[in-house]
Amino acid sequence: MNSTNISLKPEISSSLNWDRIRADFPILQLKIDGKPLIYLDNAASSQMPQQVIDRLVRYQTTQHANINRAVHYLSEIATLEYHNARCKLQQFINAREDREVIFTSGTTDSINLVMHGYGRKFIKADDEIILTTLEHHSNIVPWQMLAEEKGARIRVVPINDKGELEVDEYEKLFNEHTKFVGLIHVSNALGTINPIQRMIDFAHRHGVPVLIDGAQAAPHIPIDVQALDCDFYAFSAHKLCGPTGVGILYGKATLLEAMQPFKGGGDMIASVTFEKTAYNTIPHKFEAGTPPIAAAIGFGTAIEYLTDIGIERIAAYESGLLAYATECLSEIPGIKIIGTAAEKTAVISFIIDGVHPHDVGTILNQDGIAVRTGHHCAQPIMQRFNVPATSRASFAFYNKRTEVDALVAGIKTVQKIFL
Amino acid sequence: MHTNSLYQEVILDHNRKPRNYGKLDHANHHAVGHNPLCGDRLDISLQLDNDQINNIAFQGESCAICKASASMMTTAVKGKSRADAETLIHEFRELATGKLDISQPNHLGRLTVFSGIRDLPTRVKCAILPWHTLHAALNSLASVSTEADDSAQSMSNHS
Repeated sequence: MNSTNISLKPEISSSLNWDRIRADFPILQLKIDGKPLIYLDNAASSQMPQQVIDRLVRYQTTQHANINRAVHYLSEIATLEYHNARCKLQQFINAREDREVIFTSGTTDSINLVMHGYGRKFIKADDEIILTTLEHHSNIVPWQMLAEEKGARIRVVPINDKGELEVDEYEKLFNEHTKFVGLIHVSNALGTINPIQRMIDFAHRHGVPVLIDGAQAAPHIPIDVQALDCDFYAFSAHKLCGPTGVGILYGKATLLEAMQPFKGGGDMIASVTFEKTAYNTIPHKFEAGTPPIAAAIGFGTAIEYLTDIGIERIAAYESGLLAYATECLSEIPGIKIIGTAAEKTAVISFIIDGVHPHDVGTILNQDGIAVRTGHHCAQPIMQRFNVPATSRASFAFYNKRTEVDALVAGIKTVQKIFL
Repeated sequence: MHTNSLYQEVILDHNRKPRNYGKLDHANHHAVGHNPLCGDRLDISLQLDNDQINNIAFQGESCAICKASASMMTTAVKGKSRADAETLIHEFRELATGKLDISQPNHLGRLTVFSGIRDLPTRVKCAILPWHTLHAALNSLASVSTEADDSAQSMSNHS
């Protein structure tokens, strides 16, 4: 999977009525202190279209019961709809089988599942785990915990001044101790799209499994886990116009079967006595307790919604917005864009000379503009660029060029206040 | 919420030209304040003799709200007794969290310029951090450490 997928010709994106799509999102009608909301914090969480909201309401009003248990009508329909959601996710990422899709509480939970289920069983003392400078804390901290517990080591792939991974350095890190690779597909802080296909292929030539953190990629890049041949792929619903509290872990069936359970409880067992518990088959082995049923079903509807528009069309539209925003921001004196990779999603991290990002965020908020400010849960990236924090504008397909213009005007207001 | 009422000239001025900025050569109290959520970091050193703040300085990496709050705090407490400083710390915290009725008598003076922060819950910590750090420094043991604590605590004493 690489950037060729998102460089579609403009006429494809222009054939859609983006204004009508925008109208699907009721929250975008909000006014903040009398100003129209300009929501540019989509990399943190995207907004929900009416179709998904309606689906949640329909589920709660006509279909809710616990799943995989009772034989009554509601339980059967809830079980079926939950399963249908899993199948929609399976199709969305082109997994071989639906049992390779595990519902989790989100990307962080998915990564922790792999750490506990795979890492704690198979990683030993003196083993090495390769991560990259671009990782979100959620793909750093679990592996540090594991390394500390096992006496394993973390090796880190550096980045260049544009915020791109140094893939040659990545390849040099491999040795006989290398046992696992954790790799972010798209950087949440900078938007860099990593060449994961090449990196997965290289790891596999050394017999090393690869986990892809796809939280920022799944909303913007078509994912085909069979083509990628990644071993694990994780992402969250709430960055894909779905609800919070649910995400998935894709894992190859053979690996998932070999792994130990992460959480113990109901649903994940085949039989329990006080002497011994036999675990259920995948995916149930990894879904202990009552899952977020409504959220998973809403996730399925969100996937349908995005698929109807087309991830390729979304990507093409967003890259148009990115090009426009990059051009506009580059023209403002005193602005520095952090992260200028050749392949990027629609994320612009920037700093304004002499103004701390938190002040930028507060003043932009006065104009109804929502951006993220801070370290973006990626402190190693901030350290690499020697900044404490950045402001980050991240765009979705429901954003408009006029909102980029508003951001530019907002930045000029900030500069005027701090002159 | 009117942000401009927060970013008033007095705050912008203290951000541009922070007073008492730096480190004291003969400090006997010292504390480092750290806001792990936003990365703000503040280093406060004091010269405290017979419970009187004879000198104070701060330095660090922070937003304008935090820096201006620290700067104005140093000018407010310099020369004051420990008890008077603790009163100001208490009143400022009440002000920032919206619990202080500023129509009632208080000792804050120009520091009431920060009253608007109560409408920005995510920024309250920025304004309060210097005051928390001063409180920690006042209550630390006498000698100074040059070590900065990197722990995830929001505050750390050095003795």
